Amino acid sequence: MTEGFTRLFSPLGAGTLGLFAAIGRTAVFAFRALIAAVTPPYYPARLMQQLITIGYFSLPVVGLTALFTGAALAQQIYVGGERFNAASTVPAVTVIAIVRELAPVLGGLMVAGRVSSAMAAELGTMRVTEQIDALQTLRTDPFQFLVAPRLLAAVIVLPLLTLVANAIGVMGGYLLAVYRLGFNAASYLDTTRAYLELDDIVSSLVKAAVFGFVLALMGCYHGYHTKGGAAGVGTATTNAVVSAFLLILLANLVITVLVFG
Amino acid sequence: MTERHGSSLEIAGLRKSFDDKIVLDGVNLGVRPGESLVIIGGSGAGKSVLLKCILGLIQPDSGTILIDGVDMTDQRSDRTDAVRERIGMLFQGGALFDSMPVWRNITFALTQGRARDSKKMHALAIEMLEKVGLEPRVADLRPAEISGGMQKRVALARAIAANPDLIFFDEPTTGLDPIRANTINQLIRGLVTDLGCTAVTITHDMASAHHIADQVAMLHEGRIVWAGPVDQLDKSGNELVDRFIHGRTD
Repeated sequence: MTEGFTRLFSPLGAGTLGLFAAIGRTAVFAFRALIAAVTPPYYPARLMQQLITIGYFSLPVVGLTALFTGAALAQQIYVGGERFNAASTVPAVTVIAIVRELAPVLGGLMVAGRVSSAMAAELGTMRVTEQIDALQTLRTDPFQFLVAPRLLAAVIVLPLLTLVANAIGVMGGYLLAVYRLGFNAASYLDTTRAYLELDDIVSSLVKAAVFGFVLALMGCYHGYHTKGGAAGVGTATTNAVVSAFLLILLANLVITVLVFG
Repeated sequence: MTERHGSSLEIAGLRKSFDDKIVLDGVNLGVRPGESLVIIGGSGAGKSVLLKCILGLIQPDSGTILIDGVDMTDQRSDRTDAVRERIGMLFQGGALFDSMPVWRNITFALTQGRARDSKKMHALAIEMLEKVGLEPRVADLRPAEISGGMQKRVALARAIAANPDLIFFDEPTTGLDPIRANTINQLIRGLVTDLGCTAVTITHDMASAHHIADQVAMLHEGRIVWAGPVDQLDKSGNELVDRFIHGRTD
């Protein structure tokens, strides 16, 4: 009887312990990374390289995502709003939805898909080919050389990408509303301006900075702890993207409840 | 390269386990300054773990590792940093940084990856490349653009670029043709004989071991089962050593 219970619940217990251990390891990793980010030596050239890789090269995917989402959103609000004579709310709802939620969240998810996977694959390959060990024997802290520039760059650049996504997302809604649904262009822009508040933009940027931290942390963490050759790099990449997605959505919920709840 | 004195290495009672698998089971080993020690042993004997413990990449469970009298297992000591500055390491697969050109790889120990004294560093890298038998044009290539054997020699150039007193070589001739392997053997021997460096080499290549070694130690199941001068290797009287050096499977 006791043995049966043990057999039944021991995987559950092991899984729970494993989860807490993983949370602990991630927290320690994040702490080490933050310490490394503020402790010399600094690597400005590597930071610049990451700003370009994460920021500049993510612009097309973030911009297109925002454009298509803004346009689709405007169409949905128009169709839904018509049911209770509220089609005129398209500009107001579009701008609020884009700035508060869709631009930071979808932007964060798109960048996570692109960047967390690349970070995990690069650091994972460095781990399995002993390049990280080589760094240490050459008296270079991998956290300062590899992790800190990626983390800092993501935290800096995600809010900037989100600003761009906000503008392009609103523009997507505007284009569809004006050229397909027949809205007056000047009136659309006036309404958009009237309903957009500073708090919306600030919350959008705060979310983006947090998402940037999360996606870089997950990419670096899973890459840094890669084991087992090419298969291990594949697993690390998948885990980085999945965990970044989940944590971004969780962080979004927490920030939304805290700011707007 | 300037003339220098090699470092001494003393390992006592070194133990390391991963979960319930004992990898190092009380290793005792010593290398005098300016001496070349070759560690032989089958796959899974614990050679790489031993090397990683010495380099501080893995924390041992117990035991001491003294380099010039400094306990390298004490991670909090400032003196270990000063000792590490005088250590070079050649990894088995080269472990070159593929995001950097060859010349930046070679001079990494001097620049820590930052763009400083680029002209001087480039010239130094070319000098090191010549030492390992590579052309200057290799300096500007990326590691992915050169063959595996060339990568190995670039990694060797990186290991010696900062004039270390103590150098570790993990399978330095694996993947090289016999002529190139002999060049590397001569280079390692030259570092010891001519410049007084201390060398610790892990190898399966018995020809290389005979060429490089002053002393040989055999690691088996986490313990040193035989150690002695290289000229005693063939008449060690140790069954495990005989089986290993003659490749006998019985």
